[in-house]
Amino acid sequence: MALLQIAEPGQSGKPHERKFAVGIDLGTTNSLVATVRSGKSDTLPDENGEHLLPSAVRYTPTETIVGKAAREAAVEDPHNTIISVKRLMGRGVEDLKLLGEQLPYEFVESETSVPRIKTVAGDKSAVEVSADILKALKKRGEETLGDELVGAVITVPAYFDDAQRQATKDAARLADLNVLRLLNEPTAAAVAYGLDSGQEGVVAIYDLGGGTFDISILRLNKGVFEVMATGGDSALGGDDFDHAIAEWIMQQAKISNDQLDASRSRLLLQKACEAKEALADAESVDITIDLDEQQTWYGSLNRDTLNELIDPLIGKTLLSCRRALRDAEVDKDEIIDVVMVGGSTRSLRVREKVGEFFECEPLVSIDPDKVVAIGAAIQANALAGNDPDGEMLLLDVIPLSLGIETMGGLTEKIIHRNTPIPVSRAQEFTTYKDGQTAMAVHVVQGERELVDDNRSLARFELRGFPPKVAGALRIRVTFQVDADGLLSVSAMEETSGVEASVEVKPSYGLSDGEIESMLKASMEHARDDIEARSLREQQVEAARVIEALDSALAEDGDALLSDEEKQVILAARDALVQSKDMATTSQQVKDAIAAVEKASAAYVAKRMNSSVQSTMAGHKVEEFKTESED
Amino acid sequence: MSLSISDAAADRVKAFLENRGKGLGVRLGVKTTGCSGMAYVIEFVDEINPDEDVTFEDKGVTIVVDKKSLVILDGTEIDYAKEGLNEGFKFTNPNESERCGCGESFTL
Repeated sequence: MALLQIAEPGQSGKPHERKFAVGIDLGTTNSLVATVRSGKSDTLPDENGEHLLPSAVRYTPTETIVGKAAREAAVEDPHNTIISVKRLMGRGVEDLKLLGEQLPYEFVESETSVPRIKTVAGDKSAVEVSADILKALKKRGEETLGDELVGAVITVPAYFDDAQRQATKDAARLADLNVLRLLNEPTAAAVAYGLDSGQEGVVAIYDLGGGTFDISILRLNKGVFEVMATGGDSALGGDDFDHAIAEWIMQQAKISNDQLDASRSRLLLQKACEAKEALADAESVDITIDLDEQQTWYGSLNRDTLNELIDPLIGKTLLSCRRALRDAEVDKDEIIDVVMVGGSTRSLRVREKVGEFFECEPLVSIDPDKVVAIGAAIQANALAGNDPDGEMLLLDVIPLSLGIETMGGLTEKIIHRNTPIPVSRAQEFTTYKDGQTAMAVHVVQGERELVDDNRSLARFELRGFPPKVAGALRIRVTFQVDADGLLSVSAMEETSGVEASVEVKPSYGLSDGEIESMLKASMEHARDDIEARSLREQQVEAARVIEALDSALAEDGDALLSDEEKQVILAARDALVQSKDMATTSQQVKDAIAAVEKASAAYVAKRMNSSVQSTMAGHKVEEFKTESED
Repeated sequence: MSLSISDAAADRVKAFLENRGKGLGVRLGVKTTGCSGMAYVIEFVDEINPDEDVTFEDKGVTIVVDKKSLVILDGTEIDYAKEGLNEGFKFTNPNESERCGCGESFTL
């Protein structure tokens, strides 16, 4: 039978309707997936009992390998094995040059701004590589939970910008994973310790990993964490501790640099790392190094010496902490909790020094490698609706722009993609024809310029406008998206108060793959779209000009124009009608409109004069004065 | 009328209750739902209703069952099992006659 988890009272799901959600820590070096089972959040191991999934992907002509096997292949197959892809997320080709890193990958020369890595399995973007890592984690989650996932909370560094966050979301979509929220890594760590339901105040998240250090200062206010400052060092971590110890061993054993080859220095670093880990429990540790076939060096490292070696490195992290506090404009004594994240915070010396600096005991009871994923899983569980007391944290954004159709089948965006929800935006539109008494509102979603290329969400009509000349009425269209992503659109004609509205769920029926392909299409067709848009705009303008000209001619064309003058105007008009329907570029239509305007310039002037005369006829100059003074 | 819990399941229940920080025990029950009629329910207990609930003690765990479900659950043993990567609580109920293919629900 199915294996069951203990639910909160009254929260048991029906069979096949249980809402399994996971938290994913998508890391630079390692990734983790966690979930809440029987009320306890924990990371999920693979079949070998390994919780950490190395964030490495190797592409071969036949398969995609993710994890440990891929990382081990990085040396032998560097071009097809992608590691640390997180550093490339949301970056353009130009950004990569600025990163100044020597990346072993071959980038494809492309016109788009998204860099693509050449591999034997085809060109891969950072989003696709991340998606492969996410797919592996999703599979582990589904196999462990025995059912499909309703979604995931994925963590991102607090300093990730919109492009990097969107890239992460896009990767999840490619992996067919529903993103419940993106959560800042330090926030997830704080959630794991339950600080979100604790007292309000400022907390510090000290995250020392293998190769990077991050410090985040968060303020908890009404259950929401606000990031006040972030800081750190992208090239400082536990690996530097190992280097310091290895150098000390070299000094003690009198090994010179030129005696070191690649395998020997790797061995030294391994010994250094083992010594560091052993000193977490022991006061001192013995080290033996084979110098050559005959000689072996015996030494011992004690805690005091270790501390001397790593103190300067810890000191550097504390400098970053001081800077972050200054940026956040908070004093040390305002910090109520310090959360330790990252494997290197297992070091007792680090804990001691951080405790001294912040003058409070740091939180260390949760495995620092897993704490971010554990917090993300708690959040995912709450967002999936399994925890009645769960707080809703952070904001979400709308995945695709929302807008309405305007004349000529063009899309007018009212709420742009990536706008945080809830949101409300309004825009004014006007009538297009004289005497227009109704308007159709067509709600569309997507990034393309033409309505036909976007997705139609809803249509409704607004009727009963007072008949007025074109452009005289104001129709206010309001888009409102609530916290659950539910869109309501209302339209009101302001002079008459005529109103209509409709409710739609923007993402309803739209699979993640469809969103992805819609986004892709909008990028691929960007140039065509702009030309198509301006052609449509000119066609609409042409129709408007013809309409206005025809109604003017019908009214007073015979009175004001000689036959000859009329023929010239009509010839230009006919050319425009033809151009409007046949033209392939916007410029052709534009030229034809200009020709009509030129041909009818004298006529327009005559009409203006006669109109002014007829308006003023029978009135005195004084009357106009008073009117203008009112 | 009786219900029992295996050592493994009792250890898990105690650990989960401790992690949760509150709760009197576990509630076992039956819901009429699913593709084959009925489905098992296992929940934490914060409140016991003496009019409707029956409690059992086994291996240091308080098991709460409402009277309606007890008729169906009589004789059931709760175990904690691992199947591949998946793990969780398992009901072995002598009254059960048939299960749906997915093992999520059953009939008497």
